[in-house]
Amino acid sequence: MSAAAPSVTTGRTISLASVAKGNSWTLGLIGFLALLLVFTKLIQPSYGVTGVQGLAISVLPLALAAVAQAIVVISGGIDLSIGAMMALTSVVSATLMKGQTDEFGVVVVVGVLLLGLLLGAVNGALVVVTRVPDIVVTLAMSFVWAGCALLVLKTPGGGSAQWLKDLVSGSLGNEWIPKAAVVLISVVALVWIPLRRSRLGLSIYAIGSNRLAAFRSGVPVGRTRIIAYVLTGLFAALGGLSLTASTGIGTPVPGPYTLMSVAAVVLGGVALSGGRGGVFGAIVAVMVLQLIRTDMTFLRVNTNLAVVAQGAILIGVVMIGSLIQLRRARG
Amino acid sequence: MTEATATPSARSPWLTAARWRGLFRDQPLIPLLGLLALLVVLTWLLRPALVNPGWAGVIVRQSIPLALLAACQTITFLTGGIDLSVGAVASMSGFVVATLVGPAGLPLAILVALIVAGLAGVLNGIGVGVFRVHPLIMTLGMSLVVLGLANVWQLAMVQTGAGVPSTLRDLGSGTTVTLLPNSLVVFVPVAMFILLLLWRTGFGRLLYAIGDNPVASRLAGARAWQVLIVLYTISAIIAAIAGFILSGLTNTASVTLADSYVLPSVAAAVIGGTSILGGRGGYAGTIVGTLILTVLISLLSALGFPEAVRQVLFGSLIVIVAAAYTRVTDAS
Repeated sequence: MSAAAPSVTTGRTISLASVAKGNSWTLGLIGFLALLLVFTKLIQPSYGVTGVQGLAISVLPLALAAVAQAIVVISGGIDLSIGAMMALTSVVSATLMKGQTDEFGVVVVVGVLLLGLLLGAVNGALVVVTRVPDIVVTLAMSFVWAGCALLVLKTPGGGSAQWLKDLVSGSLGNEWIPKAAVVLISVVALVWIPLRRSRLGLSIYAIGSNRLAAFRSGVPVGRTRIIAYVLTGLFAALGGLSLTASTGIGTPVPGPYTLMSVAAVVLGGVALSGGRGGVFGAIVAVMVLQLIRTDMTFLRVNTNLAVVAQGAILIGVVMIGSLIQLRRARG
Repeated sequence: MTEATATPSARSPWLTAARWRGLFRDQPLIPLLGLLALLVVLTWLLRPALVNPGWAGVIVRQSIPLALLAACQTITFLTGGIDLSVGAVASMSGFVVATLVGPAGLPLAILVALIVAGLAGVLNGIGVGVFRVHPLIMTLGMSLVVLGLANVWQLAMVQTGAGVPSTLRDLGSGTTVTLLPNSLVVFVPVAMFILLLLWRTGFGRLLYAIGDNPVASRLAGARAWQVLIVLYTISAIIAAIAGFILSGLTNTASVTLADSYVLPSVAAAVIGGTSILGGRGGYAGTIVGTLILTVLISLLSALGFPEAVRQVLFGSLIVIVAAAYTRVTDAS
């Protein structure tokens, strides 16, 4: 199954063709995104700089949630507490930053990222130590983290340091390059690309595609699983910070990020069984989902039908994916 | 008798531990009932005035919609699946009845709601059984589809307005004697149906078989896709019934009415001892699990804990109980 399209390229010489083959799903998705953008421009000729900037800002929290989910799904797990972790980190940052200086804001951001690591470590340790299925543990922990968020802040409130708000709004240099997109790409590139090339990244893929084989090859399975959850916690914290930055406040009620992140990951070509795909596919998938929503608004389609379309796309994509896999298994 | 039990425990303590494990594994109902009794006693000790027949009636009444939704999780868990569309299906059903009861009458309204719910279930089953879509994704996507369509229906129905029919109100929130909520009239047959389905029928055994070992059951001639289509249809129908009762209990018709019940329904099935990985568990445990959750929520709100603390304790309890189960079942 995994021999047909190895997702981890370990060879030193990587030809363009093999890169294209390994990332065919992502490339197809990017093509689809381009088509969608053209389509958007056709139905709404005024779609331009503001549209792209709006897209980048609205995509940012969801894209970070999708990256968080992608990492843990690649390792063969799932995290249903991402939305709750984002709410918790968002309210903590908003509460601490309100009315404080910019310098203190930096301290808060670092602290909140550490908090994200801690939340992820708790999730991962519970999954590994109790041996309870990860769906159950992270579902239960989503109650715990959401409850903690409510304890920190009862109603939406708090504030954000000005530099954090400036970080995601507006554009950098060229007006076509939204800051939010730059932030997203640089954060992901800084963490994910070195990780993927490292031994640890390979271990994460290995335990996702075959846990027993990974164990017998000397991969510390338990530790690697916990690290995958820790990284998920880190990106959830980044997502929480981006919520604080883009709204200027913290909201203690988790948004739809957990379920949307699962949808984006699947659409982005990450196999739910683990070991396949990457985070960039998930990011493109988030943009596709968001743009479909925007297009439906432009077309004056009932927004509720947009929800229907999202569900149908999610199901349809997975169905096609598993059909391809079934045929491959038979052929 | 006392000697016989006391001697081995004195000689080798591990034997008693193993015995406890055996009890927990083979008869999960006994420790669960113990936990329920413990919670009731705790409630009685902390708030003596609260515990009376009326309170018990309220607990049972509030448990019934959750127990029905947890039934959906239990039967889908058995095959290694999950049904996250129950919230949307239940809300949609309650809403359809509330909007159609005026123009079409109650029986027809209920029939329409059941057919629509059944259709969602059939589609779930086809996705999971034929196309092998992961149940989590399939039912999640279905819940989006159902929610969206229900919203469209809501906009179309704005003029006619909606009202929960009085029959459903009586059924959901009325009580005959203080102890006996009317919704038991619906719940008892449904619960008996599920229990007998799992205990006494070939279909029930197929559910356990598919969840326990899909390959072996396929080689033994079970057609998993047929079983799964029927299973998810039953699940959706039960969810619809839960939606009727819930709309009667709360006297509201809303397309998001049952959303907050989805995660607790998963929790109730997990606490009741049904493995999310399939092949192990049953509905009796789920019913007790539901009662445990409802009593716990009642106790925590009686003690004046804020919602936040309740959620934290709720989540912790699920992890602890699930960990205990995994420990005893893995040790075997």
